[in-house]
Amino acid sequence: MAYSEKVIEHYENPQNVGTLDKNDPNVGTGLVGAPACGDVMRLQLKISDDGVIQDAKFKTFGCGSAIASSSLVTEWVKGKTLEQAHQLSNKEIAKELALPPVKIHCSVLAEDAIKAAIEDFKAKRAHRLAGTQPVAPAEAAK
Amino acid sequence: MLYIIDVPQGLPMLKLPIYLDNHATTPVDPRVIDAMLPYLKEDFGNAASRNHVFGWKAEAAVDVARKQIADLIGASDKEIVFTSGATESINLAIKGVVDFYKDKGNHIITLTTEHKAVLDTCKRLERMRQERIDELKVQRLSELAERDVTVDELAKLEITFNLEKDATYQRWLAALRTGARVTYLSVKKDGLIDLEQLKAAITDQTVLVSVMLANNEIGVIQPVNEIGKICRERGVLFHVDAVQGVGKVPFSVDDAKADLVSLSSHKIYGPKGVGALYVRRKPRVRIAPLIDGGGHERGMRSGTLNVPAIVGFGKACELAKQEMPQESARLTQLRQRLYDGLKAKLDMITVNGSLEHRLPGNLNVSFAYVEGEALMMAIKDVAVSSGSACTSASLEPSYVLRACGVDEDMAHSSIRFGIGRFNTEEEIDYVADLMVRSVNRLREMSPLYEMAKEGIDLKSIQWTPH
Repeated sequence: MAYSEKVIEHYENPQNVGTLDKNDPNVGTGLVGAPACGDVMRLQLKISDDGVIQDAKFKTFGCGSAIASSSLVTEWVKGKTLEQAHQLSNKEIAKELALPPVKIHCSVLAEDAIKAAIEDFKAKRAHRLAGTQPVAPAEAAK
Repeated sequence: MLYIIDVPQGLPMLKLPIYLDNHATTPVDPRVIDAMLPYLKEDFGNAASRNHVFGWKAEAAVDVARKQIADLIGASDKEIVFTSGATESINLAIKGVVDFYKDKGNHIITLTTEHKAVLDTCKRLERMRQERIDELKVQRLSELAERDVTVDELAKLEITFNLEKDATYQRWLAALRTGARVTYLSVKKDGLIDLEQLKAAITDQTVLVSVMLANNEIGVIQPVNEIGKICRERGVLFHVDAVQGVGKVPFSVDDAKADLVSLSSHKIYGPKGVGALYVRRKPRVRIAPLIDGGGHERGMRSGTLNVPAIVGFGKACELAKQEMPQESARLTQLRQRLYDGLKAKLDMITVNGSLEHRLPGNLNVSFAYVEGEALMMAIKDVAVSSGSACTSASLEPSYVLRACGVDEDMAHSSIRFGIGRFNTEEEIDYVADLMVRSVNRLREMSPLYEMAKEGIDLKSIQWTPH
C-alpha cells in the first residue's frame, strides 16, 4: 500500500513520543484500541488548572497510519482548551493525512484517544474535589 | 581490448532493495532465461503441430522439460500434466477427483493451514452441495405441503414435515452427486498435522486427502510419507500441494505414495504462468478435466502448451535437483545467521512453527509489542511479508498463525522472511541489523512494551476492540 507523504513524515519523525506521569493530577491518560486488533493508542494530556492543554505525549502500537494519526493529534491539541480538543473529529485527521478507506479506523482511534484522555482528567478532577481515590488509568480505559 | 577492473576487496557488495520474499515468488535464474530464449524466438512452434519441423522442435523441447520435472519428484514423464500454474493444478486435482469419483464418495479431508487455492476450492464444493441440498429440500417440501415453498421457509417446514425421517428425501440425499463434504483438520502448535486425527477422519465416503508439503507462511514440512501410507492403506487418494517444498527439500511421489501433486514454476526460479499436475499412472488415477478443447495433455488439460515457459520450468527443476543439497545447506545457514542476529539483540521474539521440520529458507518471527505493517514500513528497502491484518484487505490477521494457536496480537506482530538462491550473507547481516534497530525504535513508541516492562499483564486489561 502506498502511504501519503504526511503519513511517512509523521511515521519517520513522530512528534511527542513519550510518557507523562499518570499520577499527576493534571495529566489525563487515554488508552484505546486492543492488541488483538493490531492497534493500541495511549495519549496523555497535561492540562492546566484553567483547562488548557499544555503538553501531549503518545505511545502507539499499530501500523504507520496509526502512529502518524497519534503524532498528528499530539501536535494539534497542544494549546487548545478541553472543549476545543473534544471537538476534533476523525474526519479532520483522515483528511490531513490522506488516509485511504481501510485506514480510517486509525483516525477514529486517535479521536477516541483524545476523548478518553479528557474523560480521565475530568474523572480525576471530580475525585479530587470529592476527596476520593481515582482509579488507575489502565483500568479506566475499560 | 579487454580491461579488467579490480574490485576493492572487503567492501560490502550490497544493493538495495533486498528481496527476502521468496515464498511469494522467486527471480528467474539467468540459466533458465537462457534456456527459454530460443523458444521465444526462432523455435516458436506449436507443440501440437505434427507435420513440420517447427512443431517437432517444440514438442521435443516439451518432452525434455516433462522429463526434467518428472525427475525432480521421482515420477515418469507420462505422469506430468502442464497447467497455467499451481492454482489451476490444485483446482484440477480436487475438482477433477471429486467429479470423477462421485459414485465412490464425496468426502475430502484437508488442513486449516492449507493455501487458499485448496481452501477456496473446497469451500466452493461445499457450497455447491449445500445449494443442491436446498433445492432438493424445496422440491420435497413443496410436494409434502402441496404448494410452492421458498428457501426462507425451509427451517420451519423441515420440522413440520419431519424431513429427517422422510424416506424419499433421504433417498435423494444418498444419491446426491454434487459438490463435496469437507473436513478441515486443525494442526498442532508447531503447525504439523496430527496423524491420529487424520486416521479418525477418514470414512468410507472419503475420496481425497489434500495436504501441503510445506506451508507458505511458516514453512513447516508435513510428514507426507506417513500421510501417504495412511491414505494408501485406507484406499483414499492423496493430493500433495508441493508448491513451496519441491526443489527445496527431498520429495518423491513414490515415498509419499502421492496420487496427485501440484507444482509451480515461479517458486523455484522459473517463469510465472506455468505449473504442472502429477497424475499417478500405477495404480491409475483418473480426473475429470476442467478445460475442454483439443484434448491436449491426454485430455486432462486442453489448450496450446506454453512452450518457452515449460522449457524454463523444466530447466528450473533440473537446476533445483542438481543444487538442492548445497543450496539447502547454504539457506539453512543463512536462516540461522538471521535468527541468531535477531535473537542476540532482541528479547521477546518468537519463531512461529516448527524449526525442526521447516523449509531451509523460511523464518517466521513475531516481534512482541510491535505491529507488522509498521515494521515493514521501517524496513522499506527490504521486501518481506507480514501476518498482520493491516497488510491484507481483510481485517483478520493470518489464518495460518491463528490455526497454530498464535495469539492475535502476536499474529499482528509477525514477519515472514523468505531467503532464496540469490541472497547473500551481507544482505542477511544488513537485514538483521536493520530489524534490530527498527524493532527497538518501534518498541520505544509502543505503550504495550512499556506496560510489559512495568510488569503489567496485558491480558488482565479490558481492551476496547473496535
